[in-house]
Amino acid sequence: MEVLIVLGLPLAGAVLLALAGHRAWAPELNATMSFATFFATLLLAARVVADGPILALDEQFFVDPFNVFLVALTAFVGFTTSLFSRPYMRTEQDRGRLNAARLRLYHSMFQLFMFTMLLCLLSNNVGAMWVAMEGATLSTVLLVSLYRTPASLEAAWKYFILCSVGIAQALFGTILLYFAAERVLGAGGGALLWTHLHAVRNQLEPTVLSLAFVFLLVGYGTKVGLVPLHNWLPDAHAEGPTPISAVLSGLLLNIALYSVVRSKVLVDGALGRGFSGGLMMGFGLLSVVVGAFFLSRQRDVKRMFAYSSIEHMGIMTFAFGMGGAVAAFAGLLHMTVHSLTKSAIFFTVGHASQATDTQDMASIRGLVQTSPAIGWGLAIGSLAILGMPPFGVFTSEFMVLTTAMHEHAWATPLLLVALGVAFASIFGKVQPMVFGETFAPPLTRGPALVPVFAHLAIVLTLGLYIPPYLVDWYRQAAALIG
Amino acid sequence: MSVPFSAQLVNVLAALLLLIAFAMLAQRRVLTLIRLFALQGAVLAASTIVVAWSTGYKDLYVSAGITLVLKVILLPWILHRLIDRLYIRWDIETLINIPTTMLAGIGLVIFAFALATPISQMASTLTRPTLGIALASVLLSFLMMIVRRKAVPQVIGFLAMENGLLFAATTATFGMPLVWELGVALDVLVATLIFGIFFFHIREQFDSLDIRHMEKLKQD
Repeated sequence: MEVLIVLGLPLAGAVLLALAGHRAWAPELNATMSFATFFATLLLAARVVADGPILALDEQFFVDPFNVFLVALTAFVGFTTSLFSRPYMRTEQDRGRLNAARLRLYHSMFQLFMFTMLLCLLSNNVGAMWVAMEGATLSTVLLVSLYRTPASLEAAWKYFILCSVGIAQALFGTILLYFAAERVLGAGGGALLWTHLHAVRNQLEPTVLSLAFVFLLVGYGTKVGLVPLHNWLPDAHAEGPTPISAVLSGLLLNIALYSVVRSKVLVDGALGRGFSGGLMMGFGLLSVVVGAFFLSRQRDVKRMFAYSSIEHMGIMTFAFGMGGAVAAFAGLLHMTVHSLTKSAIFFTVGHASQATDTQDMASIRGLVQTSPAIGWGLAIGSLAILGMPPFGVFTSEFMVLTTAMHEHAWATPLLLVALGVAFASIFGKVQPMVFGETFAPPLTRGPALVPVFAHLAIVLTLGLYIPPYLVDWYRQAAALIG
Repeated sequence: MSVPFSAQLVNVLAALLLLIAFAMLAQRRVLTLIRLFALQGAVLAASTIVVAWSTGYKDLYVSAGITLVLKVILLPWILHRLIDRLYIRWDIETLINIPTTMLAGIGLVIFAFALATPISQMASTLTRPTLGIALASVLLSFLMMIVRRKAVPQVIGFLAMENGLLFAATTATFGMPLVWELGVALDVLVATLIFGIFFFHIREQFDSLDIRHMEKLKQD
C-alpha cells in the first residue's frame, strides 16, 4: 500500500501540473507534491525498518534496506530541488528565457521524472526497471532542451541518442538474463523478478550471465556517466535548467548505478565476485582519473561540476566493484553524501549564474560581496565535495581509500593523484569566484537558501556522527550487495 | 539431422532480417529507408507468429500483434508524416562511403556470431543460430546510427536496433513476459514522438537536420 502511495503521488503531481503548471502557484504545488512524496517515502522506510523487506502487488514491487534508503534520498533531494526551483524558475521567467507553456512542461516533467526514478528503484521486475530507466531519459530530454538554444538542443540530442543506444544495450543484457533464468525458473513473469532470480542465482548459466553483465554494465553505465560512455553528461548538465542539473547529477546517476549493482548481485552468484568486480573497478578507476583531469580544462561552472560528478560516480563504481562489507558501506555512504553535496552546489551555482548572467567562471567574481549566503554556500559545498574533513565525503572517500590500500594497493596512487588534481582544479577556480572583486548587482528575488544549507548540514553531520540506526541501515544494505 | 519445418521457417526469416539490416545500411533515400523499416517489422511479426504457432505460447500472438501495429503501421506512418512536414526526400549523406560501411558490417556480423556461439549452444534446437543474427542486426543498426549524418536516418537506426532486440527476445527465449513487452512498446512510441518534436526544434534553430551543425559542444 505504501508503495502505491509513493508511486501515485508524483504521478498525480505530473497530471495536475500538466493541467496547471503554468499558473502562478504551480511552483508551490510542485513543492507540495514533492513534499508529500517525501513524507510517503518516510512512512515506507519506517515500515521496512520495522517489518523487514516487503513484496507488494503480486511481487512486482520489492522494498529492502538497499532501495528504501535510496527511495528516501531521492524523494528528499526531489523535494529540496522543488524548493530551489521556485525562485530559480521565476527568475528565469522574469529574464524572458521561459514562457508559461514551457514552465508547464517543466513542472509536469519534473514530477514524471521523480515517478520514473522511484518506479525504477521500487520495481522488482528487471524488465520494468529497464522501462522505468528509459522513461527517466524520455522525461528529462525535453527539459535539457527547455531553453531551445542551439547549444541546449545539441546537448539534448546527444543525451537522447547516447542514452537510448546505451539503454538498448542494457535491454539486450536483460534479455540474456531472462534467457538464463528461463532455463531454471521456467517461462513466464517469474523469471524476470529480481527476488526469484536472486533465489536461484547460483544455478544460472555463467557464460550467459557474464555476457549479460557486460551489456548491462555498458547500458546502465552510459547513464551512470562512466568513462568512456560519459559524453552526454557534461553537455546535458551545462545546458539544461539548473534544477534539472541538480537532479540529474544528484539522483539519476545514483539510480543508474543502483541498477548496475542490482545486476551485479545476480551475476556474482553465478560467477563469483571477480568478474563483475574487475570490470566495475576498471570502469570506475578510469572515470575517476579522466573526470579529475578534465576538471582543470573547464570554463563553464556547471560543466566543471558535471565532470566532478563523473569522478565521484567513478569512486562509487570502484567501491562497489571492490565489494565486501566496508567498501559497499563506503559506496552507499558516498552515494548519499555526493548526492546531497552536489545538488547543494548546483543550487548555489544556479543562483550565482543568475546573479551574474553567465556560466563562465572567469566572469563570476566576488559572490560573498553580492550575496554572502550563496558565496559561502558554494565555498563550503566545494570544500565538502573535495573531501575535506569533517564533511561526510571525507569519511566515505577515506573508507574507499583504506579498503583499496588493503585489497588493491596498485589502485591507491591513481585514486590519490586524481583526488589531488580535482582538489587543485576546483579549489583554484572556486576561490576567486567566491572572494574576488565584483561590481555585479545583487539578486532581485531572494535565493533559496534552505535547501543549500540543509544539505550541507546533513553532509557535515554524516561526517561527524552517523546515527546508529543509519549505520545499521547501511550495514544491512551493504550485506545485501557486498 | 533433420530440422523441423518451423525452425527452417524461423531461420529463413532471420536471414531476411539480416538482409534487410544490410539493405538499410546501403540505402541512400529516406523514403526507401522507412519502407525497409516497415518490412523489417513485418518479418519480425511473421517470425513471432511462427514461434507462437510452433510452441503454443499464446502471449506471442499478442506480441506479434503489437509489433504489427506499432512497427509496420504506426511508426512508419509517423515517420512519413514527419518527412512530409519537413520536406525531406533524398538527402542521406554518410560519413563513410557505402562499400566501406558494408565491409565494416560484415566484420560486425562475424563478431556477433563469435560472441553468440557459446550461448546459442544452450538454446533449444528451434532457434540455435538466431541469437547471433539478432545481435548482428543490433550491431548493424548501431553502425548505421554512427555513419549517418542526418537526424531522421539516425532515428530509424535506433528503431531498427529495437527490432533486432525484440527478435532476440522472441526467438531465443520464446518471448518475454507481456507486461515487459507493453512497457518497451510504450517507451519506443514515446521516444519516436519526442524525436518528432525534436526535429522541429532542431530545424527551427539550425534550418537543417544535419547533425554537423550540432558539433559545437566539444569536450574540453
